[in-house]
Amino acid sequence: MEYSCPSPYNEYDKILLAHGSGGRLSDRLIREVIINELGDACLDSSHDGTVLDIPGRVAFTTDSFVVSPLFFPGGNIGDLAVNGTVNDLVCCGAIPQYLSLALIIEEGLPVNELAAIIRSVADAARKAGVRIVTGDTKVVEKGKGDRIFINTAGVGIVPAERDISPTRLKDGDEIIITGNIADHGIAVLATREGLSFGTDVISDTAPLNELAELLFAVTRDIHVLRDPTRGGVASALNEISRVAGKEIIIEEAYIPVDPQVMGACEIMGFDPLYIACEGRMLIFLPEKWSDKVLKVLKAHPQGQNAAVIGRVSNGKPIVKMKTVIGSTRVVDMIAGEQLPRIC
Amino acid sequence: MEICGGQTHSIMKYNLPELLPAKIRLIHGPGCPVCVTPLEKIDKALALAAINEVTLTSFGDMMRVPGSSGDLLGARAAGADVRIVFSPLDAVEVAIGNPDRMVVFFAIGFETTAPANALALLRAASLKLNNFFLLCSHVLVPPAIRAILSSGNAMIDGLLAPGHVCTITGYREYAEIAAEFNIPVAVTGFEPVDILRGIEAVCLMKEEGRHEAVNRYERSVTREGNLLALNSMYKAFTVCDMTWRGIGRIPASGLTIRDEFSNFDAEKQFKLEYINTAEPEICIAGKVLQGLATPDECEAFGTVCTPETPLGAPMVSSEGACSAYYRYKQSK
Amino acid sequence: MCLAIPGMITELYSDSGMKMAKVSFSGVIRTVSAEWVPEAKPGDYIISHAGTAISILNREEAEETLRLFDQMNQSESI
Repeated sequence: MEYSCPSPYNEYDKILLAHGSGGRLSDRLIREVIINELGDACLDSSHDGTVLDIPGRVAFTTDSFVVSPLFFPGGNIGDLAVNGTVNDLVCCGAIPQYLSLALIIEEGLPVNELAAIIRSVADAARKAGVRIVTGDTKVVEKGKGDRIFINTAGVGIVPAERDISPTRLKDGDEIIITGNIADHGIAVLATREGLSFGTDVISDTAPLNELAELLFAVTRDIHVLRDPTRGGVASALNEISRVAGKEIIIEEAYIPVDPQVMGACEIMGFDPLYIACEGRMLIFLPEKWSDKVLKVLKAHPQGQNAAVIGRVSNGKPIVKMKTVIGSTRVVDMIAGEQLPRIC
Repeated sequence: MEICGGQTHSIMKYNLPELLPAKIRLIHGPGCPVCVTPLEKIDKALALAAINEVTLTSFGDMMRVPGSSGDLLGARAAGADVRIVFSPLDAVEVAIGNPDRMVVFFAIGFETTAPANALALLRAASLKLNNFFLLCSHVLVPPAIRAILSSGNAMIDGLLAPGHVCTITGYREYAEIAAEFNIPVAVTGFEPVDILRGIEAVCLMKEEGRHEAVNRYERSVTREGNLLALNSMYKAFTVCDMTWRGIGRIPASGLTIRDEFSNFDAEKQFKLEYINTAEPEICIAGKVLQGLATPDECEAFGTVCTPETPLGAPMVSSEGACSAYYRYKQSK
Repeated sequence: MCLAIPGMITELYSDSGMKMAKVSFSGVIRTVSAEWVPEAKPGDYIISHAGTAISILNREEAEETLRLFDQMNQSESI
């Protein structure tokens, strides 16, 4: 098929139910918009599924993306859909290889928005070095979906010497965060209708595989990797503490936060520890490697604000934080959505 | 005792009790308007949200406070048009931008917030909006303090007066309370250093036997307060008796919409069916709010009643005493 | 109901009769009502609550408090 026009699909400007029905219109949508936009990020478009030849230990993960609004400063749902799954694989210690892409589109979504999202999927996939190898497209009636939902599943290869697991945490391990926290959550909130404030904050959505490979080049003795998405750093630390059965203590003064993000959190009564990141990683590793790893991270554009924020110790599973005034408080699991506070 | 949710929150956030000598005990007063909003008002908010034409706007704090059956967050999940705003003026904008919707703002708060709610009402009036309403639940701090101190039950040696309430109202009335009840009062801010200064001032006054109100939030508070804000507040509202959830009826402790603005009063403009309110009997929020019991003395504390499954407001609100205790308890 | 935070006025203007201010909170710009701080001018710090400016920060007093805060930070060993 040859398409000279970058956006050849000009017959309908909105997605219709018929686009998901499996007939001619569906076929055209998939070929002319989705596969066309994916370009070389897409391995093989002709079958229901793809047969892959993957040696060794395979990491497998899936994630669904339902963000609203779809487009926000720093990216869109397409970026999240790729980077989110790539990062989950990275946090297994894997080298991400292949992704599936499943779309559930609400009737009425403008085609050019779909095209822009798929273009972002393609760009993100290329940047992360992964190929989209299989996918699915469905359309639901207006009102039955929030414009578009995306699911991606991913597989990656875990090199033999890597063993990432909370059970490997040891007393004395240090905790590094690779950059400023809460950027993504604030960027999204600033765009939502009804919240009238202006910031320059952009989402930190990004693939973490380059940073991870830099890490492993320093040492293979990395115990845990985690990307703190929904629920933020606090939730990720609580989960790890619980599974590992260890106490975690972090220091408020060392946690990197952009001043504008801090300002936005203060205005809304949010605690940045509970706000999502989409391109940051928590690294748990033996103390003796911290300095070297930090140096290597800070030399990379994605890791410039990397910092050691705490450590692991034996004790009941709990997350504590030493505040800027020297006292210690518990950082617990959040109950439900964090709601903007005015009190 | 501090009577300000923001101070309770700061005390928790920085775990100030850990830094204070054991002889000083902090009791959290009813400074959280979320916690003292009468159950009936929350049920009315839920009833309004259930009306198809109504867009209910509210501060985020109120979304998870349990009514007799469910909360606003649950109502939203079930399809009600419930929106969080950061300012009552934003609610007015929602009304302007959606002329086909009846926009109700759940107007709660102490004297810090009541003027802002008043400003919204006055703005709606000046713009002659016919689709903007307030559901009011305002509470005044000094009558509550008087009620708590008069009961003689709570053992309170000193008061930290709320810094932002006093920014609006000034602190003359707190000086009167100090003299009447022989208790030192320090007008206090919110940063840890502010709160420590307030505690220090109260302790010094106690040692010297002085029963006055002193200002330790000098960068924002003056003795007279902000007269313009007070003007706005009394232009739109008038003092009334008020029921504080868990505590009971306190005379002249609330604010209601003046008659001339009754067409903006959601309670008068909407037909709300008789609401059968039902507090969970086991909840002792009232005693906790008055400093008469600590949250861990409650049967339900930490078992049936947790931040995920709250029975009463003090467990929901990030400034409620119960939720504060829950976090401390976990660290022991 | 006391979450109120300090921010710096960058601009003052009028919106259909209501005095408004653009305020910067560490770089985040938010518009608030300036009805109750008529003497405020750009460069002043105000305390903002629920979309309204409720007081103009007294600069000397603010600096004194910051000094105490720094003292607290330095005196504790990490």
